[in-house]
Amino acid sequence: MRPVYAISGGVSKFAKTRPDKTFQAVIKEAYDYAINDLGLDFETFTRLVDGSVASYFSDHFARQLMAGIMAQDYLGLCPKPGHRVEGGGATGGLCFQEAWKSVASGHMDICVAYGFETMSHVETWKGNEFIALASDISFDYPVGGFYSGYYAMMVTRHMKEFGTTPEQLAHVSVKNHLNAYYNPYSQKRNRYTIQDVRNAPMVAWPLTRLDICVMSDGAAATILVSEEGLKKLEAAGAEIARPLVKVTGIGRGTDAMRMADRPHFDYDTFMSDYATEQEKSSDETRAYYRKLWDHGTRYPGVHSFRAGRTAGNMAWKHAGISDPLNELDFVELHDAYTSSEIQTYEDLGLCRYGEGGEFAASGKAFMPGIDYGLDLPEKSACAVNPSGGLIACGHPVGATGLMQAVFAIWQLQGTVKKHFNDDRLQVRDAKRGAIHSHAGTGTYVSVSVMEREG
Amino acid sequence: MSKLPSKRDETLGGYIVHGIPFPVDTDPDSLAFLKKMAPILIEQEYKITYLHSYAQDSPWFAGLANKHLLASQRPDGGYTYANPRGHDMYTGEETRWIDITDVPAHVHAFTVCYFGSEEFLPETPFVLALIEFEGVNTLLLTRLMGVDPAAPSLDWIGMEVRPQFLRNSKLKPTDVYFAPKG
Repeated sequence: MRPVYAISGGVSKFAKTRPDKTFQAVIKEAYDYAINDLGLDFETFTRLVDGSVASYFSDHFARQLMAGIMAQDYLGLCPKPGHRVEGGGATGGLCFQEAWKSVASGHMDICVAYGFETMSHVETWKGNEFIALASDISFDYPVGGFYSGYYAMMVTRHMKEFGTTPEQLAHVSVKNHLNAYYNPYSQKRNRYTIQDVRNAPMVAWPLTRLDICVMSDGAAATILVSEEGLKKLEAAGAEIARPLVKVTGIGRGTDAMRMADRPHFDYDTFMSDYATEQEKSSDETRAYYRKLWDHGTRYPGVHSFRAGRTAGNMAWKHAGISDPLNELDFVELHDAYTSSEIQTYEDLGLCRYGEGGEFAASGKAFMPGIDYGLDLPEKSACAVNPSGGLIACGHPVGATGLMQAVFAIWQLQGTVKKHFNDDRLQVRDAKRGAIHSHAGTGTYVSVSVMEREG
Repeated sequence: MSKLPSKRDETLGGYIVHGIPFPVDTDPDSLAFLKKMAPILIEQEYKITYLHSYAQDSPWFAGLANKHLLASQRPDGGYTYANPRGHDMYTGEETRWIDITDVPAHVHAFTVCYFGSEEFLPETPFVLALIEFEGVNTLLLTRLMGVDPAAPSLDWIGMEVRPQFLRNSKLKPTDVYFAPKG
């Protein structure tokens, strides 16, 4: 595989509704931003780019089949190669990795990944129904038909097994909303307290409205290149930020569509097949897990995401990471629910299984230098969702994973101030970050690592 | 006191309009002004009826209609799925049917849904639960009755429950639901 560099990106303003533009024109906002940030004009980039990957989740929201080719056409990319990827909430993350593959394999030197979702075309309750069609329509949809309900069941199990509390979940909401307060691209820019989160309308116990992301219209685009692609763009006048941002780790995992069908593995299977290298090598951690299993914990059950752990382990191995908490400067992860952020801390090895709630309230995942109005016992160790995440930025599904990629590129380039007109969300001296994209109840998960060279 | 709503609920419906404002002349200035025009939004109804086959899973629904809860099991009597599954995910072998109607069952996880997707909004609040069965390796998603949706409690987890069946089958997985064994 060849080295792949993520050199530019753009994000449309995420909003509850964008009736002013068709989805193609919203994509073009993000696409043009990515091109302009290279100092290139539209025609020059169009001449040089080799192809694209399009990302959108649901044909139902747009009520349009083959929307990808309509975007390709609108962006002037025909007849260059392109295809659409779809994998639920992980669609954007998978799209980023498909573009990486196109470049890493040598098939393309310059590939653009773009994604969108227009969720405002139906009422929220109908949107919930569309999303719930991403559960088994014979056995799950007719019983619950509601993703917040599925996630809330994971929460109650997590609470029962590990003692996680709703207040710990609320710490995630306070953090991500306040981070988004400084992000001009985010949909929700509000300051909340733990009490605000807990007093918000209850959606599915114990998750309140402020524990859950909103539906959005929006688009994002990233440009990935090989070393040859870099030379071609620079020869055409592109001003590409140095040091370069390189994609150094790619991981993916899957799990059964029906959450009820997930396995409940014993201790030995967990340790041999799923534990991180760090967990395997620690006597204390092995004893900790042995104790959990003695008290009835099984893996992954419904409290953990085996797909997330698989994707994380694969990406860490690829990138040469053995201690994610201390070797990553930030993570943009898929926080469709505050609870899923906590579950993902554990899947990615930022803390051990069962310790996600405590980790959420510890301060380790918060941005330094921002006053959250909380009494946090520990310093920031690895900022999680410095952008504000899905909960506050919004979740236009096909764009979300690419939005994470764009924010990660800007973090590693050190250009957050330039793009946000504010540097409070710039992770100081960020060298390495990860993006995590997640579908369904944990069916498809992608993890990608990016690093600043030099 | 709970917070009072400050907004009225709205629907997508509206008036049929016979005439849209538009410049009388299409001179360059008037056409340029169209760039400032607000978007036109219309309703597009989309309705379809699918002929959905339960295929190899059909006996499970027939079982519910006859007040039997079936499960799928590997032929060697090993791995057992509470949801129907034609083939075992570990060996690839075709599964056989077993009856788990009277197998002891407990609540593994639950929630109370106070909101929902459009189809289920009229049923809120309702209790969703994942049920574990003794000797069965996977769980079953179902509705839980006989508990107070206004007073959810983690104590519900582990509670022994038993299946109940609709008297008149709808041929849906909600033909079975669970209630505390009392």
